Amino acid sequence: MKSSLAKVCLKLVLMAMFIVPGLGSTEDSAITSDFTSALDKLATASMQEREAAVQHLALTKGPRTVVVLQALLDGHLYKIREGEKLVVAKPQGDSLSLNDAESGDDLGVKEPAELQKITLNNSLRVLLRKTLGRLQLNSSDTTTRIEAIKAMAKVPDEESLTLLHDRMAVEQETAVQDKIKIVFAFEQLDRTTKSDRIAAIELLKTHPTQDVVNRLNALVEKDADGNYLETDNDVRNKAKTALVAINSKISFYGGIETLFFGLSLGAVLVLSAIGLAITFGVMGVINMAHGELMMLGAYATYVLQQLMPQHLGAALLLSIPTAFVVSALVGIAIERGIIRFLYGRPLETLLATFGVSLVLQQTVRSIFSPLNRSVSAPEWMSGTWQVNDFLSLTWNRFYILIFCLLVFILLLQILKRTRLGLEVRAVAQNRNMAKAMGIPTAWVDAMTFGLGSGIAGVAGVALSQITNVGPNLGQAYIVDSFMVVVFGGVGNIWGTLLAGFSLGIANKLLEPTAGAVLAKILVLVFIILFIQKRPRGLFPQKGRAAEG
Amino acid sequence: MKKFYKILRNLAVSMTVATMSLGAGNVQAEDSIKVGVLHSLSGTMAISETTLKDTMLMLIDEQNKKGGLLGKKLEAVVVDPASNWPLFAEKARELLTKDKVAAVFGCWTSVSRKSVLPVFEELNGLLFYPVQYEGEESSKNVFYTGAAPNQQAIPAVDYLMNDLKVKRWVLAGTDYVYPRTTNKILEAYLKAKGVAKKDIMINYTPFGHSDWQSIVADIKKFGSTGKKTAVVSTINGDANVPFYKELGNQGLKAEDIPVVAFSVGEEELSGIDTKPLVGHLAAWNYFMSVDTTKNAAFIKQWQDYIKNPKRVTNDPMEAHYIGFNMWVKAVEKAGSTDPAKVQDAIIGVEFPNLTGGTAKMLPNHHISKPVLIGEIQDDGQFATVWQTNKVVDGDAWSDFLPESKPIIADWTAPISCGNYNTKTKKCSGQNYK
Repeated sequence: MKSSLAKVCLKLVLMAMFIVPGLGSTEDSAITSDFTSALDKLATASMQEREAAVQHLALTKGPRTVVVLQALLDGHLYKIREGEKLVVAKPQGDSLSLNDAESGDDLGVKEPAELQKITLNNSLRVLLRKTLGRLQLNSSDTTTRIEAIKAMAKVPDEESLTLLHDRMAVEQETAVQDKIKIVFAFEQLDRTTKSDRIAAIELLKTHPTQDVVNRLNALVEKDADGNYLETDNDVRNKAKTALVAINSKISFYGGIETLFFGLSLGAVLVLSAIGLAITFGVMGVINMAHGELMMLGAYATYVLQQLMPQHLGAALLLSIPTAFVVSALVGIAIERGIIRFLYGRPLETLLATFGVSLVLQQTVRSIFSPLNRSVSAPEWMSGTWQVNDFLSLTWNRFYILIFCLLVFILLLQILKRTRLGLEVRAVAQNRNMAKAMGIPTAWVDAMTFGLGSGIAGVAGVALSQITNVGPNLGQAYIVDSFMVVVFGGVGNIWGTLLAGFSLGIANKLLEPTAGAVLAKILVLVFIILFIQKRPRGLFPQKGRAAEG
Repeated sequence: MKKFYKILRNLAVSMTVATMSLGAGNVQAEDSIKVGVLHSLSGTMAISETTLKDTMLMLIDEQNKKGGLLGKKLEAVVVDPASNWPLFAEKARELLTKDKVAAVFGCWTSVSRKSVLPVFEELNGLLFYPVQYEGEESSKNVFYTGAAPNQQAIPAVDYLMNDLKVKRWVLAGTDYVYPRTTNKILEAYLKAKGVAKKDIMINYTPFGHSDWQSIVADIKKFGSTGKKTAVVSTINGDANVPFYKELGNQGLKAEDIPVVAFSVGEEELSGIDTKPLVGHLAAWNYFMSVDTTKNAAFIKQWQDYIKNPKRVTNDPMEAHYIGFNMWVKAVEKAGSTDPAKVQDAIIGVEFPNLTGGTAKMLPNHHISKPVLIGEIQDDGQFATVWQTNKVVDGDAWSDFLPESKPIIADWTAPISCGNYNTKTKKCSGQNYK
């Protein structure tokens, strides 16, 4: 400990000697000219030379060094094709608004064709993050400092450690101090003093991350002859107990993760099946075009996003009612135009709606081209919710799960509490009696079908966030939707909810051991066997309606 | 009712006119050369293949502007096999027997190629196949203008191993013949390079797989042991979008675990928000971003033809561009469109690549191509990070599988065989299991 402290002190002194003359005004102009030459070098460098150019630029420590490096990392650094001048460019409509990289002056707007981007590769990106980390270690913003430490910890070297020691001396925030301590603990493990190493293990045990696990695993590994690589028994045993504690945590969070994966797959299944639970379950119509109604919902999302590219989040929220209306109208048109002539003839309905599905697919292909369309996720839906180092849940799946439950509750309320819901249930139970009571059954049929189709459209909005928006979107989900409805029990939307979630979880439990292909097959086999035993699904309809 | 008859009469008249004009077209067609275009315009594969149909129409159009071929005009015959594999064979037969086309440009996926292969061999037609494939095949009647494994997969693995120092490998693919064979070759290759079995994870998913949560989580776990890990992806078609979306969402950065893909090009990326994917890799023989005058002219020609300045170009388009021009040169050399003569004439024909260098038709019916590795940029383009110094010759039979190591394909005399065993000196005929 003492020797390392002395080393640090020496470095500090050396650095101070370096920095102090830099404060003189004559040196300022030297820095500026150096900065300019570094920028020139970066502008002309080939991919191989770019690494040296970045390192050179980082050393200049000019006032705009961080800005330029950050722009480079974010992909905003361009050079003007004529004259090779470096600029920081931000998109403005179809063109780019420019700022001089060197001075920061506004240079107006140019077309993308006049500019050439300074491209990066992965090793350059790692280097840039590390370099920026070093430069931003003394930033006034806590999160920037933590990010800086993370970037430096990835490739720890002598220089980074020195800089961290310096920072530690003046750091006030405990959160940042903790991060630095962990970086030090990793280094401490490599030392020779036993007490240092055991202390390091103790510290790391309280901050379990994947890196910690890997590092500790290395301590208990055996070589080819069965001898431990680590010769110190105490250190090894300490590492072993720490690992046991961490591993039990990992498997616990692993279980939660699998459950979440299952629920989110289930949510997608429920969303795509719940509209079908109305049209197929309540009305008894086999609608093969159900998937295409979802596809229309997804395209509605795409169109709205094209209309308001600046407000992705608002566009997504707006597309929920839009998709509902679009799909519902198309659904009503299908019901009025085709299905109502075919009631009571399921085979013909099946064929007719299958035809409709092909027509809808080809229509979309002609209007939007056969290529997939790109639907972007708004900021708040991308990325993960990092619960801890072993458990992170993706936001988009999380929102879809909540959205699915909301749609379900809403649908339940519509069926239970509204007049339409009452009429729908009445017609489903006994059409003739309902007619006799004065319920306009034809109108109710159209509305029910519209409701089921509209909900398919809403499901399409959710699907646009996780899968392709293309003409084939519907086909991928139609089989699964029928499977869920049949498994849950025809005519029961609670059954659909439960069936969707249980199939999702079963699939995800099987997937790690059986593989994705086999898991799907096993679930299908299970459903077939289940239907043999209980032909009416999980929650069969009871009473007279069930017999009819 | 009267109105109805009127409509019927109009219809009948217009139909007669249509038939007559069609007949007139046939008369004209006497002095034109027909070229078949066999690409799906509907169904799952339409997403990729429609572009290739347009490319072919553009190339034929351009050739006609230059004065046609052998003094005759070229005429494209477009059929739609609708992503339906048996229909590919039917349509191929129709093109060869009914339309009597001189050559066919088409197919995508090995399943479709294997489906038309017997038809082309029976009727002695010519097929130019523009997509990268798994190798282990060489037919007298097929010219493979896409990459063989040694022109795409092997160089990509070499790059990861030597430049990125990758030690652990995930081979992820869609469950069908191309990924399975490619991964078999790659596994053998990796093991030959001393990679232990526990450092290779192989994973297959169904076509159009959309729920990647657990697989991506598994990859994350597999890659978190401290050794540098990379994913070699032969995931095909639509399944890529949700896969990359999940990668982005679970925060798997290219700097930590790079994914190198063999089926993701500019066209596929145009359907994804590429910001979270920046830095992931793809190996191809062509990138739209390659800065050569030839390529710039090709891109301009394409965007003008399709009347959309935002349309992208991709690798299979270049393959058709090379394949078509090689066929034109061979026909000119042979002075005839007779398949047998063209088959002889085309071997050794050279044509410049769009990316610089020259492609040459080899005796094994594959072509020589440069190999490029690019990183995805946030504008949906690739930035080339590595490329071979010179062109690589396509190898039909992989040298890394013990059973196909002694086998070569050579369609010149005296061997004239697509499956010739150099050890037993025997020709096993063609192999299209």
